[in-house]
Amino acid sequence: MGEYILAALVEHKPGVLHKVSNMFRKRNFNIESITVGACETRDIARMTITIQGDEATVEQVVKQLQKLVDVIKVSRLELGRSVVRELALVKIYTADSKAKSDVVNYATIFRGRIVDVSRDSMIIEITGSPTKIDAFVELVKPYGIKEFARTGVVAMSRGLKSLKVEE
Amino acid sequence: MKMSGSQVLVESLKKEGVKVIFGIPGGAIMPVYDVLYDEKEIRHILMRHEQCAAHAADGYARATRGPGVCMATSGPGATNLVTGIANAYMDSSPVIAITGQVATHLIGKDAFQETDIIGITTPITKYNYQVRRVEDIPRIVKEAFYIASTGRPGPVLIDVPRDMQTGVAEVDFNVKIDIRGYKPNIEPHPLQVKKAVDILVSSERPIILAGGGVHWSKAYGELLTLAELLMAPIATTFMGKGVIPENHPLALGCIGMHGRIEANKSIMAADAILAVGVRFSDRSTGKVDEFCHDAKIIHIDIDPSEIRKNVPVHLPIVADARMALKAIIDELIRRSFKGERSEWIKRIGMFKKECEDSEPSKELTAVNAIKLLRKVLPENAIVATEVGQNQMWASLHFRVLKTGTFISSGGLGTMGFGFPASLGAKVAMPDVPVVDIAGDGSFLMTEQDLATSVVEDIPVTVMILNNSSLGMVAQWQRLFFGRRYSHTDLKGVPDFAKLAEAFGARGVRVNSLNELEQVLHEAVKSDVTVVIDVPIPREEDVLPIVPPGKSLKDMIY
Repeated sequence: MGEYILAALVEHKPGVLHKVSNMFRKRNFNIESITVGACETRDIARMTITIQGDEATVEQVVKQLQKLVDVIKVSRLELGRSVVRELALVKIYTADSKAKSDVVNYATIFRGRIVDVSRDSMIIEITGSPTKIDAFVELVKPYGIKEFARTGVVAMSRGLKSLKVEE
Repeated sequence: MKMSGSQVLVESLKKEGVKVIFGIPGGAIMPVYDVLYDEKEIRHILMRHEQCAAHAADGYARATRGPGVCMATSGPGATNLVTGIANAYMDSSPVIAITGQVATHLIGKDAFQETDIIGITTPITKYNYQVRRVEDIPRIVKEAFYIASTGRPGPVLIDVPRDMQTGVAEVDFNVKIDIRGYKPNIEPHPLQVKKAVDILVSSERPIILAGGGVHWSKAYGELLTLAELLMAPIATTFMGKGVIPENHPLALGCIGMHGRIEANKSIMAADAILAVGVRFSDRSTGKVDEFCHDAKIIHIDIDPSEIRKNVPVHLPIVADARMALKAIIDELIRRSFKGERSEWIKRIGMFKKECEDSEPSKELTAVNAIKLLRKVLPENAIVATEVGQNQMWASLHFRVLKTGTFISSGGLGTMGFGFPASLGAKVAMPDVPVVDIAGDGSFLMTEQDLATSVVEDIPVTVMILNNSSLGMVAQWQRLFFGRRYSHTDLKGVPDFAKLAEAFGARGVRVNSLNELEQVLHEAVKSDVTVVIDVPIPREEDVLPIVPPGKSLKDMIY
């Protein structure tokens, strides 16, 4: 078992996310995270899919994705040679001044940004690998997390290699 | 030219060469039916249940090895198609399903007879469309037929909201399609072909395992040439039944749970398997960990996702079956290879001898009825089956003599498929006798379409092997559930002969093989559908059987 990240270029039109997620469900594959966003080309969207599994499962996932008519291209990202990022918003209880200064300190160390401050809470925006986000969350948990949202992973190969649809 | 969406749809279908539509009208598809009212080039066949419309389109597709079209209204009409679409999906049959839908502004409002047929059919279609602009209809129809009938074939559904049927637009039929996410690879990789030939020529006990893909790519000639060149016997999966005339000396019949003994024994003894157009289903392989693990498996399939889906493979070739087989033949000829393998062929001969039929009895049994049917039918007759014991008896004992003349629901195992499928096949091949080998349980699931066969003048023969049971389930209860016959006794209802007569068909109950023979001779020539009720022993089992979860080696016979 290991973690694998796939990037897929898909037709940017209604119903495509349903077709992709439906395939995962019907084939009994587990998605850890899936993110979808626009591409540099208007009619193409890019999905980043994180899955847990063994080599054979991932091979099947890639083929089953490629089999979908609306999926144009699929690529397996090599974890060591890819930039992997996730964004999280964490709303933390900071009623007393010690909590306030601790959280500000942690946010600085993690290169997070304070994006909202109220009398008894703060929202920290933090970007990085999923493990970095996990580490930050562990650190601030004792103060009390009021609300938490993360985007799921987006990823890209380093260097020249790129996932693109030829015109 | 300005046209309504309905006119555009029908015109687009004609441009795809559609000659027949199996369907039932309803509120949300009425504008299309209004166009069909004056249509001369397309024959619309009014079915009595949408499930049968889908199965008939599927039977038509299998008989012609081209697309078959069915049509239904929204809501219940569309959901009634679902079983038929799922059936076509499992057996890779190019069925085009066209459904009406409530008007665009009502979608999502739980309007009358609204159902999310796109959502429902996504997992059981190769692709599906909902029309959003009348101008798109020519492209959608063209793409639908292209997707359905190329690569690995499969059903495609087009959902047409009512306002898209009535809306008028300036339409260009001269559309070019280019689907960037759909480019099936049909040519075999030359290096893979060479490697495959290396394996085949160095093997001592090669066998060919041919599946439904051989039917769809019409690779019959290539398959036989290759088998004779290699001197390799051909076993088939159930879906591959009839890819080779089964009286050919190299034909072994089907492998699998109810495979023929010689086929199961041969494949388990082989050291190289050339699998072509198969998906190694659980019913074919038995316990998969014990399936031929000492043999080298070459797997030819046009669908890359089939490679290593179910079994490990030594050498994959992603290509059209016919082109791949042709390439292998060419390479063998280039190397001047000529197979002998007298030892292997001798051994196969022994397997065959072992299961030669004993002296046939004169009893009216399912097996005898099926053998008699073969004797009566001309070589080119098409046989469809229902699902259950009748189907497995047909698989084991009905020898297909002409390629592509056996139609059955393999993957989904849909009871009630055979009869409507036989209607579809008969429409496609009106000059060929078509017989549905049925069971009493299965036939009752779609028997209402006797009305269609009579009214639309589609005469077929239905031979019901009647054991007054849901026979296959009862057999399993007998073998694996201590004879606890939970809800499998059908109590001899109905009287099938009377039922047939009520529909205006001919119904006969026979009591001996002699009677059956005489009725079959008449039925094949009859210009009205004949239903023959054949009482068979209640406890007649389908044998051999590989118990569920067991290896092909553990066959009981």
